[in-house]
Amino acid sequence: MNIVVLVKQVPDTYSERKLSGSDHTLDRDATDAVLDEINERAVEAALQLKEAHDGEVTVVTVGPDRATDAIRKALSMGADTAVHLSDEALHGSCAVQTAKALAAVITKTTGEFDLVLAGNEASDGGTAAVPAMVADLLGVPVLTHAREITVDGSSITVRRETDDGMTHLRAELPAVVSVGEKINEPRYPSFKGIMTAKKKPVSAITLADAGLDPSEVGLATATSTVTSSQPKPPKSAGEKITDEGDGGAKIAAFLVAQKLI
Amino acid sequence: MAEVLVLVDHLEGEVKKTTYELLTAARTLGEPSAVLVGTPGTAAKLADGLTKHGAEKIYVAESESTDFLSPEVSVLAALVESTSPAAVLIAASADGKEIAGRLAVRTSSALLGDVVAVGADTMTHSIFGGAYIAESRSNTAHPVITLRSGSIEIEATAGAGAEETVEVPAATSRSATVTSREPIVVGDRPELTEASVVVSGGRGVGSADNFGVVETLADSLGAAVGASRAAVDSGYYPHQFQVGQTGKTVSPQLYIALGISGAIQHRAGMQTSKTIIVVNKDPDAPIFEIADFGVVGDLFSVTPQLSDEIAKRKS
Repeated sequence: MNIVVLVKQVPDTYSERKLSGSDHTLDRDATDAVLDEINERAVEAALQLKEAHDGEVTVVTVGPDRATDAIRKALSMGADTAVHLSDEALHGSCAVQTAKALAAVITKTTGEFDLVLAGNEASDGGTAAVPAMVADLLGVPVLTHAREITVDGSSITVRRETDDGMTHLRAELPAVVSVGEKINEPRYPSFKGIMTAKKKPVSAITLADAGLDPSEVGLATATSTVTSSQPKPPKSAGEKITDEGDGGAKIAAFLVAQKLI
Repeated sequence: MAEVLVLVDHLEGEVKKTTYELLTAARTLGEPSAVLVGTPGTAAKLADGLTKHGAEKIYVAESESTDFLSPEVSVLAALVESTSPAAVLIAASADGKEIAGRLAVRTSSALLGDVVAVGADTMTHSIFGGAYIAESRSNTAHPVITLRSGSIEIEATAGAGAEETVEVPAATSRSATVTSREPIVVGDRPELTEASVVVSGGRGVGSADNFGVVETLADSLGAAVGASRAAVDSGYYPHQFQVGQTGKTVSPQLYIALGISGAIQHRAGMQTSKTIIVVNKDPDAPIFEIADFGVVGDLFSVTPQLSDEIAKRKS
């Protein structure tokens, strides 16, 4: 099986995240950057499928040079190769442009693929639509929020878990699948994994290599523009008391005063 | 005035509340047209509610297709083509986000995701778990907008509700198909992201059995129950109730945090709540920084007392 995993380097959710003042894009220097946790689960799912069905796992990312760290993490877990599209012109790309860039990289550089795996939602975005957009651009079925993936010959079944419950989906390969939070526990890279990851091939490509024109991506031609951004004023702490046997009653009194009960 | 397409979010023959929020929000941009995609007979059940909440038109596309979400995408794409709407509004649910993404690609539209307020030209987003407010605008015709549930006050202004039947276009590419569904068992409590009061428990609750204390308080307030990631990871409460960065984002009128320390991970999912009450043993727990009213104490003595006080006031 030829499996492509889409990964993204994101600001650590345990650090303070900011948008930069000038063009309202992510201030990548302000925070620690990590491989998004959900992507580790996508890599794990890919590795499990590879172990069961043989094949190769290729990691694909679009992002600045320092996204290499996220790629190395995925390679140290056991992915075979990586493709990293990095180009100044990508700065400020919208979701539609990002999906187009990913689809172009997959088509141009990874050869025939059977399955594209991704996380269901990045921790720094919230659009949660990129896997579906990539699938539509590639003209293949999309199966999102997978809790369980089964490949049988040329078909794939997914147990999809959302707030509405469980849906059992089936499609013919090739397809795009996004994984949910509960699909697996990602493995820790072994020492050997970390060492061999350093020697694994990472092909750094530009827009031209992916067959894209710089005018197709970036802030200037984005389908949407962020016009303003500001941190929400921090909530200030209110009253704090120590329970002396009447803490519950005091909360009730506060709620009554606020007309909440 | 231009039409605004609103995709009807429905489940098991019921319109979801979010749909009415979408219809209210649509009026800021033009004339709301509900787009209903479902199995035959769906429109008969849902049309009345849609009309009462402002749908001027209702496009009805009924079919027995087992293709997953593709009928919604292709019906909307065809309507974008034929009506040139001012915008397409879709709920920011799991299904809604997927439909929105695919539609934006097909119709070369901007995708404005997870919007909390709809303006004539600008959309407001609450990002990084409510720590940032951003405004955006579309650079294309008919932008596709997903709206976060619970962001808009519903106004029940009746529309004309003129029904128009539309075909589900034949599929142009392969789609995933549904082989079976297991709808979630809905309890008596309100849905977490729609509830106006949420009572959450954290690691301090100590065990799955002890979560009864949290549930009792929640039930006395007619509230939803939430849990921190620490509580979920420890197996005290099911994952579907997790509030935080990797769980649900809630913004209720009242949020009561019991035995939750307040890691950024948790705050990202609840810090936009209007009023926050905290009970925690540790006076230095970071959650106190965002509490409107905090009690340093044992949640197992404070919480039952609070439940009793509320019960007394009700009787």
